[in-house]
Amino acid sequence: MVELQSAADARAAAQSRIRWELLAELVRKDLKVKYKNSALGFVWSLANPLLYLAVFTLVFTKILNNGIPAFPVLFMSGFLVWNFFNLATLSGTGSVVGNANLVRKVRFPRVVLPLSSVGFAGVHFVLQLGVLLALLLVFYRDAFGTQLVLLVPALAVAVVLSTAMALLASALNVRFRDVEHLLEVILLAWFWLTPIVYPATLVRDQVVARGTAWMFDLYMANPMAGVVTALQRALYNHPVAGGRDVLPAGGYGFYLTWLGVAGAVALALLAAGLWIFRRLQADFAEEL
Amino acid sequence: MGEPAISASGVGKRFLVHHKRATSLKERLLLHRRSEAEEFWALRDVDLQIAGGQTVGLIGPNGSGKSTLLKVLSGILAPSAGQVTVRGRIASLLELGAGFNGELTGRENVYLNAAILGLSRRETDRYFDDIVAFAELEPFIDNQVKHYSSGQYVRLGFAVAVHVSPDILLIDEVLAVGDESFQQKCLAKIDEFQQLGCTILFVTHSLDLVPRVCSRGVVLDHGRVLHDGDPVEAAERLRSLLGTAHDQSGGAAMAADRPRLADLRLFDPTTRSHKGHYRANELMAIDVEVAGPDGAAPVQVRLAVTGPADVPMWVMESDPLPLGPGGTATVCFTVKELPPLRGIFALAVAVRDPATKVTYDARRFGEAFVADGDPAQGVLEVAWTAEQVDR
Repeated sequence: MVELQSAADARAAAQSRIRWELLAELVRKDLKVKYKNSALGFVWSLANPLLYLAVFTLVFTKILNNGIPAFPVLFMSGFLVWNFFNLATLSGTGSVVGNANLVRKVRFPRVVLPLSSVGFAGVHFVLQLGVLLALLLVFYRDAFGTQLVLLVPALAVAVVLSTAMALLASALNVRFRDVEHLLEVILLAWFWLTPIVYPATLVRDQVVARGTAWMFDLYMANPMAGVVTALQRALYNHPVAGGRDVLPAGGYGFYLTWLGVAGAVALALLAAGLWIFRRLQADFAEEL
Repeated sequence: MGEPAISASGVGKRFLVHHKRATSLKERLLLHRRSEAEEFWALRDVDLQIAGGQTVGLIGPNGSGKSTLLKVLSGILAPSAGQVTVRGRIASLLELGAGFNGELTGRENVYLNAAILGLSRRETDRYFDDIVAFAELEPFIDNQVKHYSSGQYVRLGFAVAVHVSPDILLIDEVLAVGDESFQQKCLAKIDEFQQLGCTILFVTHSLDLVPRVCSRGVVLDHGRVLHDGDPVEAAERLRSLLGTAHDQSGGAAMAADRPRLADLRLFDPTTRSHKGHYRANELMAIDVEVAGPDGAAPVQVRLAVTGPADVPMWVMESDPLPLGPGGTATVCFTVKELPPLRGIFALAVAVRDPATKVTYDARRFGEAFVADGDPAQGVLEVAWTAEQVDR
């Protein structure tokens, strides 16, 4: 009898615990729904960054003539992780509202909804990164070296930060439906304030010239700036080009320091996100 | 059985009815004062201990909090007060096929739905064929669910919910949807679950179902538990409650200067107690009380017994009734031998002017009484024969 009851308890727990299988099933659902009726299917998710690459390369190397060698590599090393963060946040925002019929009718841990959005974005990112690494193997062998180890802490911070944003946005969007629109604007500003299409040294050199070097610290405190510069250091192997710095530092100390700051910010946001999500989720079924 | 499968103690659920609530950040910033909200307690002090293996019928008037209670017990809504503990896997049939995604195939939806209900992929593999067979959807299982008929959709939803081997089954009026054969299948499945020792809590408006299926009946009214125990008594209790509840609300709303229906009672003349369940040839007595302003002219009471789809079975009319000194009059309609009816019947009452037939007050009492027998065999029990003949 005791065994029977503990088995029942285990089944009860399975309905309120976050299970990998449930997450995987939800991610699979999102992917299937997104690519079901498109002939090219997943190829689209690769076409999108390539299109951006073509446009930004044209604008920044031909029209603005920024003189950065191997600009496509610099751009892609930051852009893909930004895309992951952006997609996770935006699809996370609508994750609870979009599954209203489930939330109102079925008992399951609500937190898997924003988490599955992060997983959804993660699947795209892994594929895109795979293609990028394959291309680098052919066109840019310089990328492969010990510096690739930086990918590990950088991606870990990116995942924590994206999860935090998805949790926060999904819960707040239930209560205030315009969070979604607000976020689109915020993310656009955030994108341009992160050194993706221009090198971080451009910002550093200008504020140093004005004698306000502290502003560069402020700029780097943006957690995505820490993530992106670390990824650039990992994949882009032209720290100095044409007599000027493209990347802020040749060693790893700079990147690890700012990754540490980004990690701390991400963890604080994650704690806030979990707290807010837990507080608001009791009312989800009523608010929807 | 050790600890109960479902235990609710002091459970209350408060809803806030907002008049002007900011639903966007923009409004939140523009609306400076906090929004006013009215409190509404959908559930109050609900104590319910349900032992494993019990089948409990939850009944009550509309808006009494039945569905809210199911949602609180199943963990969809958080209680505002009190505590709920549940042991075991809950399958709630609140809405069949909730969470199906139209873009996915039936097969994909089964796996997704089962995962949400707490099953692993391997467990789902094991149940998959049974689910498809039960839903009778073998040829369509790889079609997109958006192309399913509503019947197929509901069948698949039910099949998934009952095949996840739940410990606790919460059912909310799903028996009201679907065709007759589907309902039979549902009832058979509920029977099977009872044999397996599954705990079942279901909400229904079909009062004759409660004594038939349940070992216990709970009556909710205005969010409180009014009765908890014998299912037959529970159904009776609700019937009398529905009668008087009508009386109170209708009485308050009626204009005081016109004769109105004050009370209606179905009763057993020997014991004078309420009687809602009848067999053929039994005596049926119905008291109708009318109240009016002082000096009102005599009134006539018209009583129609109606069956399914509000078809009148027969109609009874009183003589003109002069109102007594208190402004009231009571008429007793008696049916000496009730015809061999089967099913649930309603009473439609009208108080009117005997000469002009202008209606002062009219009310319908749904589910006023139950007559024995299976309504699927027709509302009337008729002696008949069928013999092969040569002509």
